[in-house]
Amino acid sequence: MRMRWVEIMVGFFMVLGLLALIGLALNVSGLKLSDAQDDYSLFARFENIGGLTPRSKVSLSGVQIGEVKSISIDKQRLVAVVELSINADVDYLSADTSAQILTSGLLGEQYIGLSVGFEEDVLKDGDYIADTQSAMVLEDLIGKFLFNKVSE
Amino acid sequence: MLYSESGNGPEIMSTHEHDTPIIDIQGLSFSRSGRKIFRDINMQIPRGRVTAIMGPSGTGKTTLLKLIGGQLRPDSGNVLIDGQNVHQISRTALFTLREKMGMLFQSGALFTDMSVFENVAFPIRVHTDLPDDMIRDVVLLKLQAVGLRGAKDLMPSELSGGMARRVALARAIALDPAIVMYDEPFTGQDPIAMGVLVNLIKRMNKALGHTSIIVSHDIQETMGIADHIFLLSDGMVIASGSPDELKANQTEQVKQFMHGLPDGPVPFHFSDDVMMDELIGEARV
Amino acid sequence: MTDFLARLGRTLFDRIAATGRAGALIFQSLVAKPTPIVMFPLLMKQIYFVGVLSLVIIVVSGLFIGMVLGLQGYTILVDYGSEQAVGQMVALSLVREMAPVVTALLFAGRAGSALTAEIGLMKATEQLSSLEMIGVDPLRRIIAPRLWAGFITMPILSIIFAMVGIWGGALVSVEWLGIFEGSFWANMQNSVDFQEDVVNGIIKSFVFGVVVTWIAVFQGYDCLPTSEGISQATTRTVVYSSLAVLGLDFVLTALMFGDL
Repeated sequence: MRMRWVEIMVGFFMVLGLLALIGLALNVSGLKLSDAQDDYSLFARFENIGGLTPRSKVSLSGVQIGEVKSISIDKQRLVAVVELSINADVDYLSADTSAQILTSGLLGEQYIGLSVGFEEDVLKDGDYIADTQSAMVLEDLIGKFLFNKVSE
Repeated sequence: MLYSESGNGPEIMSTHEHDTPIIDIQGLSFSRSGRKIFRDINMQIPRGRVTAIMGPSGTGKTTLLKLIGGQLRPDSGNVLIDGQNVHQISRTALFTLREKMGMLFQSGALFTDMSVFENVAFPIRVHTDLPDDMIRDVVLLKLQAVGLRGAKDLMPSELSGGMARRVALARAIALDPAIVMYDEPFTGQDPIAMGVLVNLIKRMNKALGHTSIIVSHDIQETMGIADHIFLLSDGMVIASGSPDELKANQTEQVKQFMHGLPDGPVPFHFSDDVMMDELIGEARV
Repeated sequence: MTDFLARLGRTLFDRIAATGRAGALIFQSLVAKPTPIVMFPLLMKQIYFVGVLSLVIIVVSGLFIGMVLGLQGYTILVDYGSEQAVGQMVALSLVREMAPVVTALLFAGRAGSALTAEIGLMKATEQLSSLEMIGVDPLRRIIAPRLWAGFITMPILSIIFAMVGIWGGALVSVEWLGIFEGSFWANMQNSVDFQEDVVNGIIKSFVFGVVVTWIAVFQGYDCLPTSEGISQATTRTVVYSSLAVLGLDFVLTALMFGDL
């Protein structure tokens, strides 16, 4: 009977650990249960990616629909190329969708916001987003501001 | 007699046929931390009798039991138990040999996380494949022999010192060993407990026919039950014989021990020599 | 002067010898495990003593540390207007550092010292010798189950600590400080990577578990069989374990997160 109690408690202990692990996986680190194979990739070129990093959010009207998979340099055009991994069920991005690098909050992280256009055709796996707007660089903003001030 | 797994069982169990010593210690030398504890000792322990190994404190009597049991290795020399060299046989052979040895430690050394019953059952479970009901019978038998059958469900912490030692004795004889070793069984016991223990040792030795080895420095009790005595001092055997022979021995060292004289070859005053420096040196560490 | 050096040298050699014995102990205990039939109940019992009985202190400590992190985090971040990042701060601190390290330190204090005392007592009362005389190897029967119990239990306790801590941080931030619940969790999920953070944290706690249990068990086994010896050994367990955990934490952190 003592052994029984011990067994039950140890089992309970293990289950608790397992639950905590699952909690950590899903709630804390946002591990996606969905099949990553179904996600498709889109590419976008930017002059300046600012503080964008892999795993940064990709959202449509504020709703996250994917994440940044990788960032590299387009050797021909000498600009940055960002690979976006989009959820498989988001298959309605028009061919003239635009991508913009935005900042959430003042010190916040940078993410890519997509805006859908009017064309009937949709973007498919491997397509490039044509219309992109780079991140805002603080120095450029200050320069612009000063320039405007001067010309007043 | 218990049916044990070893094939050697029946041979060693017959105790009265041979007069050869059951344990033969040849030229045993052992040192620890630089100190020579045994120098070239020779002892023959007679079969089926109560043998006492006595000597002043610190002569390494417990160490001798551990050497016999194979827990410690000698620097040189042999310990032969019924012809088998304890330190040269394989691990499995040593395991089988240990079935035939029971040891009663000074403090009883019961396993504190098990009940009295489980403690006595432990060696049986380790060495045999007996079913539970048979184990139960044997354990109760052993506990009955030491008069503690009613305590079978108690935990060691609930026992008095004397009771704990009796349970440990029951555990030591659980497998009906050919050799039972008692490490200072009389130390620190009240007279009644002492009497009970002495009685048990003697009765069991007669009834079960095993060889008993008692390590002690209690002269009175030991003399009462020993058939043969070895007196150790300074790492050597200084006397060997029956209790009467030792009583009559006129050697200074023997006389001092046997009669409890405060001064003699083992001096009263702590000497101021090399040994002293060694001791102080050790303590500093 | 030479006397002092001689003593220093001797202490050094003693420590090295002790390390050697410790190595032999863990090697023999792990290599020579008892048969599964015998081992399983022993292991279960040890997991109970070492893990289940530590749950209370782990959960309570985790909760409070998580809550404090939430509170402090908020206080610091609100000056930068970035208070929604408190979730990620709490989570990362806990998962990467606090959970493995604090759990290890608490474990060393509670379970480690208990292990040392228990084994030391068994040595002092000659129970280990008795086992040997009966023909049972104490390393297999006593030491090995305790070692494995420690190895298994530490990561589990660490994970529980982290989860409870994050929940505590959430409690403080969302319920009491008014952070928007959605962004608390969303920000956290964006910045905590399962492989980089959670798994590395678990690896850390496993390493700590090995070290702490090993030290605890060795100190008990090696101690002087007197009451003084046992108390010294218990102290040594807590001190050595703590130092080892903190030192290893630095090394592991540098290896795991240094390149980020």
